[in-house]
This record gives sequence, C-alpha cells and structure tokens, in this order.
Amino acid sequence: MLLEMLQSLPQVLIDGLALGAVYAVVALGYTMVYGILQLINFAHGEIFMTGAFIGTAFFILLMGMGWVSSVPQIVVLIVVLVVTACLTGLLGMGIERVAYRPLRNAPRLIPLITAIGISFILQDVIRFIAELSSGNYIVTGPSLFTNQLTINFSSISSIFNDASFKTSFLIVLVTAVILMISLDYFINRTKWGTAMRAVALDRETASLMSINVNKTISITFFIGSALGGATGVLFAVQYGTIDPFIGFILGMKAFIAAVLGGIGNIRGAMLGGILLGLLEMFASANLSLLTGGVFGAEYKDVFAFSILILVLIFKPEGLLGKPTAEKV
Amino acid sequence: MKESLAKFLQYKWSQVILFTVFVAVSSAALFFSQKSVTAFLLLLSSLLVLHYMKLKNVTKWIIALGLLFILIPLASSGGPAFQSYMDVATMVGIYVSMALGLNIVVGMAGLLDLGFVAFFAVGAYSYSIFATPQAANFMPFGTYPLGGESFWIFLIIGGVVAAIAGVLIGIPVLRVKGDYLAIVTLGFGEIIRILFNNADKPVNITGGAMGIASVTPPEIFGIPLIFPNQFYFVTLVILIFTIFTVLRLERSKLGRSWKAVRENEIAAQAMGIPLVKTKLLAFALGASFSGMMGVVFAAKQAFIDPTSFTLLESFTILVMVVLGGMGSVPGVILGAAVITILNLQVLTELATWVNQLSFSGIISIPEALSPAKMQKFIFGALLVAFALYRPKGLIPAKNKIFDEKRLKETQAHSDMNATDQKKMQS
Repeated sequence: MLLEMLQSLPQVLIDGLALGAVYAVVALGYTMVYGILQLINFAHGEIFMTGAFIGTAFFILLMGMGWVSSVPQIVVLIVVLVVTACLTGLLGMGIERVAYRPLRNAPRLIPLITAIGISFILQDVIRFIAELSSGNYIVTGPSLFTNQLTINFSSISSIFNDASFKTSFLIVLVTAVILMISLDYFINRTKWGTAMRAVALDRETASLMSINVNKTISITFFIGSALGGATGVLFAVQYGTIDPFIGFILGMKAFIAAVLGGIGNIRGAMLGGILLGLLEMFASANLSLLTGGVFGAEYKDVFAFSILILVLIFKPEGLLGKPTAEKV
Repeated sequence: MKESLAKFLQYKWSQVILFTVFVAVSSAALFFSQKSVTAFLLLLSSLLVLHYMKLKNVTKWIIALGLLFILIPLASSGGPAFQSYMDVATMVGIYVSMALGLNIVVGMAGLLDLGFVAFFAVGAYSYSIFATPQAANFMPFGTYPLGGESFWIFLIIGGVVAAIAGVLIGIPVLRVKGDYLAIVTLGFGEIIRILFNNADKPVNITGGAMGIASVTPPEIFGIPLIFPNQFYFVTLVILIFTIFTVLRLERSKLGRSWKAVRENEIAAQAMGIPLVKTKLLAFALGASFSGMMGVVFAAKQAFIDPTSFTLLESFTILVMVVLGGMGSVPGVILGAAVITILNLQVLTELATWVNQLSFSGIISIPEALSPAKMQKFIFGALLVAFALYRPKGLIPAKNKIFDEKRLKETQAHSDMNATDQKKMQS
C-alpha cells in the first residue's frame, strides 16, 4: 500500500501544487477582508468565478483577431490577467460600496446575509450572460500552453512513477508566486499596506492617525478581488472548462485554507492554501487505497471540511495566527 | 373622507363584515372558475388579513382553523385542478414548518445555519429507507418494507433522529463563534448530502445518486394516503402542532435565553445562562421540526434522491426566514408561504406565459432569461434588498411588553405573602 502511494506521489505533488496555488491566492482575498472588517466575504468565490469568465471571454475575443496569433501567448496572458484583475477589482470595490459599507455598524448576521445574496446575484447574472452569448453556460476556453512535459522521477529512484503536466501548470505556479510575493511586499513595505495593517488592528485609532478608513477598506477590496479575478483566469487556463457554479465550493475551500493558515494572516493564507491543495490531491488519490475501498475520491470535499472542523476545534487561531483573548 | 374611511376600517364589526365578504367572494371565485390561481392566492391571503384584524387571539385561531380545514379544501375541490392546489398547499405547509424550525436557530438564537436542509434529508431518508426494501440490505432482523402504519411512528423517529443529528453537528460546531459557524454548518450540509449520495457502496443504504423509489404510502385505519389532498390534512395537523410549540417555546424560559444569547453571548453567560446547552437545544429543536417534515415529504413524493437536498434548498429556507423577519413567528410563516408560492406557482406560471408569448411570436425572450431559471437572482436580490432596507423583515418580531406597574404590584403581593408565611412558620 505504501509503495503504491509513493509511486503516485510525484503526480500528486504536482497536481496538488497547482490546486494549492489557486487556493492560496483566493484565500488571500478572504483573509485580507476578514482581517480588516471581520467579515466573511461570501461573494469572493463568485468574484473568482467572474474573473474566470471575463478572462475566457477576452481570450476568445483576442484569439478571434488575426494579428494576435503572431504575438507570443505569454504576452496575451499577461494582458488578459491585468485587464481582468482591474475589472474584478472594481467589481469588488463596488460590492463593498453597495452591500457592505451601509451595514458596517449592523449586527454581524446582516452583512453575511447580503454577502450570500450578492454571490447568488453574481452567479445568476454570469449564468445568463454566458447562456445568452453562447447558448450554454458551461464555457470552454481556447486551449493555451498545452505542451505536455514529463519529469522522469523514475530515473531518480525506481519507487516513483513519472509525473506529467502541461506548461500551464508552470504558468499558474509562477504567476501565483509572483502575485503572492508582490502582495507581501505591498502589505509590509508600502504606505498603503501600512495603512491597511493599521485599520485591521484598530479602526478608530487608525482614523485618528489621519488614515482614510473608507478608502483603505476600498483598496483592500480592490486588491483582494483583483487577486481573485486573476486566479480565475489562471484556473480557466489550467482546467479549460468553467461554469458559473465553480466559485462557491472553491471559495469555501479557499476560506478553509485561510482558516488553516490563521485568518487575517497573509502568509498563513499562502501556506494554508498550498497545504490544503496538497492534502486534497493526496486524499483524492489515496482515500480509497487507505480505507480499503470504503471511501472513494468523491469524499475529498468531506475531507477538506473535516480539516476545517478539526482546525477550528483544536487550533482555532490557525497554523501561523496568534491566539487572541476576547475583551468584553 | 379618508379619515372616516380609516375610522370605519378600525371598527371591529366592519372589519368582520368586509372580511366575510372577501372570503366569500374569493372562495366562490375559486370554486366556480377552477383555473384561477389568483382566486386561490386571494383565499390564502385572507389568513394574512385575519392576522391584522382587531379580534381576540382565540377567535382568530378558530376562524383560521375553519378556513384551513374546511373552506380552502372545499372551495378548491370544484374541478380538475383540485389536486394541484392541494399539492401546492401541502408544500407550503412543509416549508412553513421548516422555516419555523430554522427561525429557532437563526432568528431566536442568532446562529446562522447554512446547512439546514441536512436535517430535512435525515428525516426523509430515515422513513424512506425503512419503508422500502432498502433496509433489508443492512438490517439483520425484521422484514422490510415496513407497513404504512409505521409512518406515524416515523414522524416521531424522524424528528428524534434529526434532533440527534443536530446535537452531533452542534457539539463540535458550537465551540466556534459567529461567522465560522455559517461556514461549518454549510460544510456539514454538503457532507451529509455527499454521504447520502455515495452510501450505496460497500453496503447499499441510501441508493446513492439513484435515490429511493416507491416509498410505501402511509396508512390510517387501513386507508392508504396517496393523494395530495390527504397529505394536506396530515401536513396541516403537524404544522399547527409546530406553530403552537414554537409560540410556546418563544415565551418560555428557554426562548428568553435564546434571545439573550443572540443579543450578547457574554452578557447572557454572566447572567447564568448555560451557553452550550442553550445553543444545542436550539439546534436540536429546530432540526426536529425539519426532520418531521422530511418524513412527510418522503411519503408524499414517494421518491427521494440527493438532488432534493442541495445547498440551494438551505438558502431558500434562509431567504424565507430573512424575508419574513428573523425571530418573528407570523413573519416567518408569511415569508415561507410567499417564497414557496413564488417558486411553485408564480414562476412556473410566468414561465409558461412567456413561453406562450414567444411561441406565438409577440415577443421573443431568450431561453436563458426564462423566469423559472431566475430563482437564484430573485433570491439574491431579495436577500440584499431586505438586509439593506428592511433588516427586520415583512412582519418584524415583537417582544412581549410587560406592564411595569402591574408586575411590581404582583411582586409586592407575593413578597408580602412570603413574609406572612415565614412569620407563620416561626
């Protein structure tokens, strides 16, 4: 049994890293908003999905123009990423302005409910735009970066199988890492990043220190949503087919990743995302092997949610978070 | 003119006369023109009018029971659409009862539960597994399917099993606070659906994605219940039991502690309310109503599969509670009725109407915008609009107002009695 698990390990690692990178960047959006507003932005998964659709639409549009085919694919990808990130960032800011800002002093149940409402509206609007323009809400984007690469793990040691992946895996991983590093730099080194940390720490005091709280929150939403939208594009490139309902469950998983790493903690979200992606891929490859066929790969969502519950019970502050005492 | 009209409407007997005319006209309209959905809805809305009338509570209840048990089934029995009306009314009853259950958890105890349909599923499966040969796959004793009389026992068993599920979910979940609770319950809702979806191997318990078909119909005095009009009465009895229980619970010590926990957990704890026990009871009681209705649902549909218990169902019930007014029993009843009728009657009617229009070439509306598919958009818009502009819902919750003077008097009176007794004893 152990041997079989080891054999599939290289492939599991590669698939897990790709999934984990997506989780990590989406988790950043959750963790930033939670850190600053103590609000679970349920609509974030939907922003990710919107990003995937906008990106795919742009790809189809650009690929339709003749001259684009002479431009290197990577340039097209960068253009699409930037445009999509800006659009979804603006969308996120708009959502904050309309649905969350008026409720900042309301009981905490109410903004959660508007968040669910917004996520429903986004799902349905995207569904009928996609259905109107292409007749079907399940959309397949143009295939990019499809060269198959194989790493000969078997030449290192005979217990491993070879692992194969598409070039898009490298693109996803590299872009996600670049996004995370630049976000880390932004939060820790720039003026706006300092303002965001200050508002997260104490909103009233920050406003006394002449920090524009509303603007800072808007920027947080912009950055979180832009990251989410960009990840949506990466997801569409990596997995090809998208539908309006991918955002919800993926958003949940990203939230689990954020909790796993310690909610409100940027580096924790990155770690949690990668870890969750690896664990989930490992589970879906090996669950039926481990339990003798009783539980199959279809229980991988159950697995992710049980991780969440275990973390919340035994280490509610997460892997990298600091425990906080509640003040009365 | 306006003032005198308002005055006239405030007068009790004028209200009664107008109400009688309204009910008579709408039921006559329903009886004689069978296809009129409007008349049916008007007749149902008479219950709402009744809620606002200036009558004693007991009188209102008697009139409402009369309407529900006699007039509505009678008025809609005049033609071929009878069973479909009764079907809608039964579904309204089922959803109202579930929404009342969720109202305990969300509205009164303030715990946002996004996986509520799981308990409905538990109830539905608990009956349909034992009322079909399915149970023979894993039960070592007994012969299955059980007879139709077992339905009545399963109403209680379904409730109890759902309550146990509620407690089991509650124990780990209630250690987490506020917003986490929403995510964890949502996760549990999905977990239970995935379990039911995949529990057909290694031992076939739930029939997996195929679901369970031909559930034994319930039987009473040897008569099997098959038609929606028979289920209407079953649902109605359970619903009235539910409403009565919920109203009593709201005013009990437990209900007050739920509200205290909702307003401020720490303060409630300081006042000596056991937090975990109170929250667990909210979970268990809310779940049990849902489980009971799950049993009725399984018996009525005679077929269940995991697609009836998706996330959307959980959110639908949440929309009912938010729309009606969190914590308010009449509000939640109204909200659940409105949403169910919107779902089952209005949207489908609109969709066929739009289809007919585009079929005859008057306007062309693309298939993607068909009203039957807009459910999510409508729910989302309702949630946002109500949370922003009317967070207390259609009929806001009212707290019982105590007359301070009278309370003090009775307090003083009982104090005096107590001191008298002490004197007597010494």
